[in-house]
Amino acid sequence: MAEIICITCPKGCHLTVDEKTLEVRGNSCPRGEEYGRNELTHPVRMITSTVKLEGGRFRRLPVKTSQSVPKEKMFEVVRSLDGIVVHSPVHVGDIIVKDVCGTGADIIATRDL
Amino acid sequence: MTKIYDVIIIGGGPAGLAAAEAAYNNGAKDVLILERDQTLGGILNQCIHNGFGLHYFKEELSGPEYAGRFIELVNKTNVEVQTDTMVLDITPEREIHAVNGQKGYQILKSRSIVLCMGCRERTRGAISIPGTRPAGVFTAGAAQRYVNIEGYQVGKRVVILGSGDIGLIMARRMTLEGAKVLACVEVMPYSGGLTRNIVQCLHDFNIPLYLSHTVTKIEGEGRVERVTVQEVDANRNPIPGTEMIFDCDTLLLSVGLIPENELTRAAGIQIDRRTNGPVVYENMETSMPGVFAAGNVVHVHDLVDYVTAEAQKAGAAAAKYAIAGEPEPSRHITVKNGNAVTYTVPSCIRMENIDKSAEILFRVNRVCGASVIQVMSGETRIAGFKRERLAPGEMEKIILPRVLLDKAGEEITIAIEEA
Repeated sequence: MAEIICITCPKGCHLTVDEKTLEVRGNSCPRGEEYGRNELTHPVRMITSTVKLEGGRFRRLPVKTSQSVPKEKMFEVVRSLDGIVVHSPVHVGDIIVKDVCGTGADIIATRDL
Repeated sequence: MTKIYDVIIIGGGPAGLAAAEAAYNNGAKDVLILERDQTLGGILNQCIHNGFGLHYFKEELSGPEYAGRFIELVNKTNVEVQTDTMVLDITPEREIHAVNGQKGYQILKSRSIVLCMGCRERTRGAISIPGTRPAGVFTAGAAQRYVNIEGYQVGKRVVILGSGDIGLIMARRMTLEGAKVLACVEVMPYSGGLTRNIVQCLHDFNIPLYLSHTVTKIEGEGRVERVTVQEVDANRNPIPGTEMIFDCDTLLLSVGLIPENELTRAAGIQIDRRTNGPVVYENMETSMPGVFAAGNVVHVHDLVDYVTAEAQKAGAAAAKYAIAGEPEPSRHITVKNGNAVTYTVPSCIRMENIDKSAEILFRVNRVCGASVIQVMSGETRIAGFKRERLAPGEMEKIILPRVLLDKAGEEITIAIEEA
């Protein structure tokens, strides 16, 4: 039995996951079950960062991955954003990088600037 | 003749935006937001991480996205906005003195006011860390602004004092941006942040968390060179012989937030010593009639979703006051904090404003296991709410139906009874 804390929401449920059957206990919603299973098989995380912005009110544009990416790719994804320059205007949801590091996730803007 | 606004909102962060939208949608016609920064959105703009809006929008947003949703809602209304505007004074006649570069010195009149000034971080001075005074000691929020908005990396080898959420979030952020975070040090025997942040910001990156430890010395010439960390005893006094030296160039402080109430105090509005925010009634009205308050200016929240809910309540009540004035007073019930409860918001319930139920928010002062939240009126128990676990880092909410309040006397006490 693996004991993990769910990070899907601020409630932070204490989950126990059976390594063999991948049965999840202690979750209070379906998202917790998915998280518990994923943590043991292929843990994933959302990534947020910034890229350089030119011609805007500020120097950095906040961005995030459009979906969770494999946990072990976190550093690779963040490093790949070095050197990217975006020009204002940018809108929430604009795609900055398509299929970042082959993860299938895009890097998208999270602020109008 | 000078224009009289229905509702003026001081502060354009998450609380101010939600209050403005709610005031407008509850019938207030002339609504004005005064914001001292260049843009609306407040601190959310620098909170670029994910995890906002799960309650309110039922999806996971970053801070700027959450703010953006509300800015869009406000832009669809006729709510006026003045940014780069500093409020200097609020008078008992509900006149607001404010300055900005375009309009100069303004005296604005309003039927009601909502205070949404948020909070500030405690600094090194507030916790008196001994040592020299080199560069490289930042509050976590200041570092967050440098990294996320201004685009500067603030250091390469980092120690974080305090396990508040901003400190934890910055541990991850600095790590992803190439810094080495050596340790997170917490003086209390439990973390001050949300459990999920301990997991995704510390465990994910193998950053050690030292509970019951504190920084006892900062050294460095010009720039921080090392800090000393020591274990503390039950009275939070450093234990000799437990010194650990960390060679680092940066110390981030995440040691608590204080509601920002200079304006509130100067206006003579009563302050609650337990929260450092104004004393508020059930509808978020302060001791000054027609002046309401919501969000971190009242008490520090864990989640912006809760700030939004509180501000919507305050905005709606401010609109109602502007249109109809104060209702006829009836029975009041004082709310007191009992065993293991630090404070309650509100601290008084006026029954004339209670329709179906009253909400009470509070925090506990220590980690409690399985417990019952008891609501007592004198010796009589009027309600009980079960919880599996209670922690100081997590705000609690109970809802008391009117029928129960009708049974209560002039005073109720919220207390924790551990199983």
